[in-house]
Amino acid sequence: MKQATAPKVFAEQKFFKPFYFLLLFTMGLTGFGQMPIFKRYYIADIPGLGWLADFYATHYIHYIGAVVLFGFFVYAVVVYFGLMHKQFGLTWAAYVRIALLALISITGIFRVLKNLPDVVFSPLFTMVIDISHLAFMMFLMVFGILFMIKKIGWLDSK
Amino acid sequence: MPKEISRRSFLKGSLVAACATCASQVPLPASAKTKSGQELATLIDIRKCVGCEACVEACREVNDFKYPVPEKPFPKMYPNRVKVADWSDEDGREVRDRLTPYNWLSIQWATVEVDGEETELSFPRRCMHCQNPPCADLCPWGAARKLENGITVIHSDICLGGKKCQVVCPWDIPQRQTGVGLYLDILPSLAGNGVMYKCDRCYNRIADGEMPACIEECPEDVQIIGPRDEIVAEAHRLAEEEGAYIYGETENGGTNTLYVSPVPFETLNQAISKGPGQPHFDKVEDQMAHADNLAKAMLIAPFAGLAAAVGRVYKASKKLDDKTGEAS
Repeated sequence: MKQATAPKVFAEQKFFKPFYFLLLFTMGLTGFGQMPIFKRYYIADIPGLGWLADFYATHYIHYIGAVVLFGFFVYAVVVYFGLMHKQFGLTWAAYVRIALLALISITGIFRVLKNLPDVVFSPLFTMVIDISHLAFMMFLMVFGILFMIKKIGWLDSK
Repeated sequence: MPKEISRRSFLKGSLVAACATCASQVPLPASAKTKSGQELATLIDIRKCVGCEACVEACREVNDFKYPVPEKPFPKMYPNRVKVADWSDEDGREVRDRLTPYNWLSIQWATVEVDGEETELSFPRRCMHCQNPPCADLCPWGAARKLENGITVIHSDICLGGKKCQVVCPWDIPQRQTGVGLYLDILPSLAGNGVMYKCDRCYNRIADGEMPACIEECPEDVQIIGPRDEIVAEAHRLAEEEGAYIYGETENGGTNTLYVSPVPFETLNQAISKGPGQPHFDKVEDQMAHADNLAKAMLIAPFAGLAAAVGRVYKASKKLDDKTGEAS
């Protein structure tokens, strides 16, 4: 009987998870920081968290996070299809995450466009973008926690 | 400013094109459209102002229907660090020496030396209507927004009164009134605190082909309004021919309100009362410049990720080939 060989472990499998978690946490934190809640609810009073009440600081970090995120997404997609897909498939939970991340990114792009000089959207469209960006992020958080409890990761050995 | 135009062309050409179809399906209100498609700017010639407050009264009269009508008693706020902002009583409504939700334009006074003579100058202060307004860009709810004709408005039926627009405004212009607006229908004790109010440069009158009230009623023709290019050119003419000083052309990346003064604005800034509802004349850096630059970086980031990934895949494939070669 032929002995099953252990699937190859890629370096990305080790650093993707903590990197993705840290990035999403930063984006979530600075994203919520766009609403005037951290000062109101004393969170910015916690030593070391005063910057959460600085709207320009949170906005700047959120944008930097988006830059890193866009680079990271492309890197992850190319590395998955270039190296991993013969050995690993994506779980259904991964598809849910990818769909939500795509929706967050698209609505985020529209929000960035709105902030450019001379780009004008209607109030309704702006509101839809704002609320859906927030809603998709909250869905991602809820699903992320559920998947973590159920221990459903991104990859499945083929 | 060719550099500015080039930056905007780059960003707009690259980012907007991708989303043009979607955005074009979103109708703009008629008030947002100008015949020329250009932003309208105003020029306030401080040398002409006599401080009669005709502009203040005209503003109050024509915008009275937009003023808040709060419901009382106000909801109890939690936590209690959230303070009520109430200007709705008789005394509050009568305040004219600062900006309030019921007074969108006020006159500031400064005693300065002009040509060796002590002179009292007066000048109207209101929203600067920035070309890239942080209040509109950073409003988390879409209540504050810039119209195509360069006016920045706050929609009182959408605003939750979180005061973020005032915090990010370099001149702290928007003013809050508690007990009015959408927050009352959501979580009145826990989120929001009323509505923010400021000059909307009579956008409704402009849409009807009329002049903003403060300009129309001024007996001294202190203000003029027109396409920004022409207003900037006129300000430069006054600066060159009459030795006037300009404020607003480059402040916060450029505003649609330009002032010309007989004395430098540093001098004027030292001589005015500054504080809540009383804006300064400081130099102001472009508050949204970092966002514009990072928007460019967002375009580049996927290519950087692609390059890194292709390198990684190539390296891994080569390593595999080498191993296969050694094995055979």
